Amino acid sequence: MSNDPIHQFHLQKLIPLEIGGVDISFTNSSLFMAATVAATAGFMIWATSGRGLIPSRAQSVAEIAYEFSSNMLRDAAGSQGMRFFPLVFSLFLFILIGNLWGMFPYFFTVTSHIIVTAALALLVFATVLIAGLSQHGLGFFKLFVPSGVPGWLLPLVVAIEVISFLTRPISHSVRLFANMLAGHITLKVFAGFVVSLSALGVVGVAGSVLPLVMTIALTALEFLVAFLQAYVFAMLTCMYINDAIHPGGH
Amino acid sequence: MKEKDGIPDRDLEKRFQSLSHRLNERRGSEKGDETKRTDVKSGFAGATRMSSEFIAAVLVGAAIGYFLDKFAGSAPWGMIVFLLLGFVAGVLNVLRSSGELADPYSAVWPGEKRAETEDLPAAAPDDDEE
Repeated sequence: MSNDPIHQFHLQKLIPLEIGGVDISFTNSSLFMAATVAATAGFMIWATSGRGLIPSRAQSVAEIAYEFSSNMLRDAAGSQGMRFFPLVFSLFLFILIGNLWGMFPYFFTVTSHIIVTAALALLVFATVLIAGLSQHGLGFFKLFVPSGVPGWLLPLVVAIEVISFLTRPISHSVRLFANMLAGHITLKVFAGFVVSLSALGVVGVAGSVLPLVMTIALTALEFLVAFLQAYVFAMLTCMYINDAIHPGGH
Repeated sequence: MKEKDGIPDRDLEKRFQSLSHRLNERRGSEKGDETKRTDVKSGFAGATRMSSEFIAAVLVGAAIGYFLDKFAGSAPWGMIVFLLLGFVAGVLNVLRSSGELADPYSAVWPGEKRAETEDLPAAAPDDDEE
């Protein structure tokens, strides 16, 4: 356990469950997802229960989170996009709190598994497709036709645009997953250096100060990455939602 | 927009200025976030972003080609054509996410003076360099 940087990502079945041949065990990943949702929902409900005109400290935090994501969505998708605010806000808070839970030692980072981020990205992708098609019908496919392209070039350009559109859920999910995975592995590897160096005697103990400093710096960086990746994920969601609302926006 | 030698027309220049002013106003807060993000972003985040955009497009192209070949029996042409198209789409993705190309997903509303807004992304980087 002590020096394996991958061990932190292992799934453990806490409550083995199997229904109809499908394994739906309650794992440590499920536990932390549930903890994330509970923390997010619990905090928002508790913080806004006072409904003071002059907000308490907790209420201010809730209001800042609300303002931050609503401004993000309004800037990217206009006020029409506010219909999708519950989705964006939930995604932002889920990823942010999930990332922050992962910063505790011995805790599990939900977003470091690509299946979780892929599910979130596909949810956004499906929302964009369904909302775009239901709102604009076939006009949604104007998204793939940039203006000012000569007719003979159009089939090629449309094919490229369609492929580019289909890559969105992949890069959307890989970005979050890769950042969290790589960050946590780096942190663990550098922390492992401290232990293995200090086993080398006096010189080793003196030398182990270097990876220790690095670990501290990386921890700070990881907190930054936790916020940044939640922001980036939500920001991209807003931009994709903008396409669903304004498909001619090229 | 300081390229006076390129644009002798004063009227056009005025329009450019008012347009950039309006756009800055509209996107003021977003731009603030954007610059903050690029300042703060580590090199690693940029690297994952670019590579994931590129690799994803090649993979999608290959997948489309593979399934087309499998179901239409057009091997190996579907794979060849769509792998190349995926490559092109990957380059397009990278150029867009690095800001070399106009980003069609940015917050420019459609139907509002399209011709002018399309000029803008090309003009804006010049502005920064001068």
